[in-house]
Amino acid sequence: MSFWSRITYVFRGDRLNHEIDEEFAAHMEEAIAAGDDPIEVRQKFGSPLRLREQSRDARIAGWLDSLHADIIFGWRQLLKRKITTAAAVLSLALAIGSCISAFRLIDALFLRPLPVAHADRLNFLAIRVPDDNGAPRTFDQFSYPEFTRMRAAAQGQAELIAASFTSRTDLTYTTDNEMEKGYVQYVSGWMFSTFELQATLGRLFTADDDRAPGAGPYAVISYNYWTRRFSNDTSVLGRSVHIGGKTFQIIGVGPKSFTGIEPGNITDIFLPTMTNPDVTRDDTRWLRTLVLVNPGVPVEPLRAKLDAVSLRFEAERAKGFVGMSQHNIDMFLQIKLLIEPAASGVSRLQDDYRRALVCLGVLVALVLLIACVNVANLMTAQAASRAREMALRISIGAGRLRLVQLFLVENAMLALISATLGALFAGWAAPFVVSRINPPDNPAHLILTADWRVLAFGLLLTLAVTLLFGLTSALRASAIQPVTALKGGEEPHSRQRSMYAPIAAQVAFCFVVLFLAGLFVATFRHLSSQPLGFDANNLLLLETYTPHGQSPESWSQMADTLHAVPGVKDVAVASWPLLSPTNLWSGSISVNAAPITDTWGYFISISPGWLDTMKMRLIEGRDFNSTDSFPGEAIVNQTFVKTFFNGADPIGHTFEKVSPLGDRKLCRVIGVVPDAAYSNLHDPIFPVAYVPFRQLNEKGAINPADGGTFLLRTSGINPLSLAPTLRRLVAQTNAAYRVINMQTQQELLDNQSIREHLLALLALFFATVALLLAAIGLYGVLNYSVLQREREIGIRIAVGARIGSIARLVTTQILVTVLIGAAAGIILGMASVRYVQTLLFGVQGTDPSMLIVPTLVLLAAALLAALPAVRRAARIDPSIMLRAD
Amino acid sequence: MKKTDALQGSLDLLVLKVLSRQPKLHGYAIMTAIKQTSGDVLNAEVGSLYPALHRMEETGWIRAEWAPKETGRRTRLYQLTAAGKKRLAAEIARWNAVSSAINRVLQEA
Repeated sequence: MSFWSRITYVFRGDRLNHEIDEEFAAHMEEAIAAGDDPIEVRQKFGSPLRLREQSRDARIAGWLDSLHADIIFGWRQLLKRKITTAAAVLSLALAIGSCISAFRLIDALFLRPLPVAHADRLNFLAIRVPDDNGAPRTFDQFSYPEFTRMRAAAQGQAELIAASFTSRTDLTYTTDNEMEKGYVQYVSGWMFSTFELQATLGRLFTADDDRAPGAGPYAVISYNYWTRRFSNDTSVLGRSVHIGGKTFQIIGVGPKSFTGIEPGNITDIFLPTMTNPDVTRDDTRWLRTLVLVNPGVPVEPLRAKLDAVSLRFEAERAKGFVGMSQHNIDMFLQIKLLIEPAASGVSRLQDDYRRALVCLGVLVALVLLIACVNVANLMTAQAASRAREMALRISIGAGRLRLVQLFLVENAMLALISATLGALFAGWAAPFVVSRINPPDNPAHLILTADWRVLAFGLLLTLAVTLLFGLTSALRASAIQPVTALKGGEEPHSRQRSMYAPIAAQVAFCFVVLFLAGLFVATFRHLSSQPLGFDANNLLLLETYTPHGQSPESWSQMADTLHAVPGVKDVAVASWPLLSPTNLWSGSISVNAAPITDTWGYFISISPGWLDTMKMRLIEGRDFNSTDSFPGEAIVNQTFVKTFFNGADPIGHTFEKVSPLGDRKLCRVIGVVPDAAYSNLHDPIFPVAYVPFRQLNEKGAINPADGGTFLLRTSGINPLSLAPTLRRLVAQTNAAYRVINMQTQQELLDNQSIREHLLALLALFFATVALLLAAIGLYGVLNYSVLQREREIGIRIAVGARIGSIARLVTTQILVTVLIGAAAGIILGMASVRYVQTLLFGVQGTDPSMLIVPTLVLLAAALLAALPAVRRAARIDPSIMLRAD
Repeated sequence: MKKTDALQGSLDLLVLKVLSRQPKLHGYAIMTAIKQTSGDVLNAEVGSLYPALHRMEETGWIRAEWAPKETGRRTRLYQLTAAGKKRLAAEIARWNAVSSAINRVLQEA
């Protein structure tokens, strides 16, 4: 009560004074009424003002009262210097906002625990295995039989949960003609109960729904999907959904908070693992293994146990690998099982963006530091102009702490305003970045909540920023010597020197930002100017699916129909387009019945005319014709010739594609084409064999293809403008064909460098901001130092100093500072290169040109920033200057 | 000897005691009560009484409320709180201890 009243009186000071006065007046009235002498009574009260102050001190929170006064005074100070304040607020807001955005992304992707029970004990299994070149590679896919064995082994120590990779799948609630996309995930029946999740509606799976293959054709939909797709309609229970030729009945809606276990994806539909057709296969890795370790169970022995189970399983399987070289089998059996924490879920997006986001976080933190240094210098300059005010305050008895508080309050207000604006900026920026991190047709769904975590981070950041830029200037300003300040002189160098160290730090940070931005931009340029081996312009891709398979003739008829559309120049068919990262078809190669090679060959099936449509030129040999088939004929790229034929002319020679289980397919080389990108632009060129779309089975009969991609080369018009026409045309011509996706080859190409593009874009943005801030900072400090030395410079000019020597006088110190800063920056930059190397492509961080460009840019900016100060110094008129003050 | 000096350090005690005897007094009444009951020996000065009252109010020993007077003005009436009663007991105990100690010293001489 009393504490609170002391606080409330701070904001009602007038009322308090009034009450005290009223009480005194009442007292005097009583006294006079009692017969005392009025004059004597009044005398007894002495100075009413002093008495009032005494009573006031008793009834008011003193510290808060002075704080209140400081806030009002600070606010007036900020308003008085509108331009400086605006500049400080703007740069701080941008930097704080960027930091908050980065934090929101990192929090959503890596830190926020899944809304499930015991998330702290949740882990996932990963496998580390050397790849073909012996470099370690980590992946986290398992087959179901392996999962079952590991689960049995872990019994009593941990519960294992299988969860497939959430995939964007075609599904329908009505007929096959009205397909839509949904994110489907197969999960163990006991997942919901292990996570202690409750259904919003209906029921969730249990272990009983997931006992034997094919059992339990039930589906649980997520709350998020229920809202988006069904507007929270309760009649959704019992509805059927058709996915991949099977029918599932919706039995429940999940809890509101649970959107799946993959940050970056929102699962729409959960299905029991047993309904997946691959559940019995030991050669198909399609699921992740989550491990909920029981309390008190040590992780390492559990890992070792599961590792042994996994190795035994793979060793048994490897006995059947007659179609794999011994070297590759040896490599394969060097697998090591890892248990990694998964408290915040596990997803591809995490893998892809871990380093990138940390990198961005560091960049924005550096920008924030630069901004802080700027504002600190700004504040110091301001404080210097208030030196006499401070001296006066000290003279009439203000303590040093009191002055520090005065400045800190002002700075805290500045920081708070900036943080508020920054939070608004982050509200826009974080979703913007999320919208850019995945291909447009498969956007990332990252749940960005603005809750107490973000708020706490924002407040901590504001506090840190306040202390960072506020404390130095506050301490400096409060350390003033009233004697010198009031005399109008200044301590010539001490204050300036303390401004140079921050400037050097600023330059160093700025250099690091520029350097990293340079690396990212070079990476993106390198990647997007990578030779493709084909022409990606004006190429439309129609991904189609035919449930029961269609003959090669039927596919070619459809291609002819599409060819007749005006604006279409060429049409061809392939099993899938190049540069679609999810499609890989590989096998060991054996030439002339020689032992199979360690290197894999990669395959893609294409129709006659595909080479022309892709504008891929034949180096020698011929294109396929309609009678060529696989096995039978093949066209290979130059790397294939180099790898498997030692560079000799391969035309007419044969090779065998050998699957791991020993299945052999013979192909005769009929043509050679130049190297082209296969599935991923980041990979080196693979040895690729193009084989005919017309495929034969073991008995030599046609194997009807159930899926393929039509490639349409348009004559100059935007390929996507044809999309509606083509979709209709396909449906009219043959109802068996279903267009499931339509995109351009250019989009696929752009998708390959999304991360690099984003990083380059953001890094460039922050580099610009950093450079601008650093330049402004340099300008400010130089200008200030000229201002401080106006009299000295005036004297020098008066006694005959030349402009050159004045310029040298003004700039030497700052240039030395910049050089020291740049040197420190180079060291910091070189130290950081190792960490970012995996984010780079075709760029060496240690390449001198990567260092020279940022150095030159920085020096140019420094010179530019120094010019106005030099001009100002040179224009000082001694006759005016020396008479002033 | 000035009368006020006798009050040194014991103003709180006196005020609390007066208020324990009769609640709801204004400042002037408290001053008069101290003066009268002490037989004109002790005189609380305005300059120390009011700061003491306000301090004790903030500490929570006494509570104040505004009451209208016949003249149309308001006056502030003070009364003891539960904490104030406890405080009074403690102050009395302390005073007794101190004064008896002083008495012992004086008798020794």
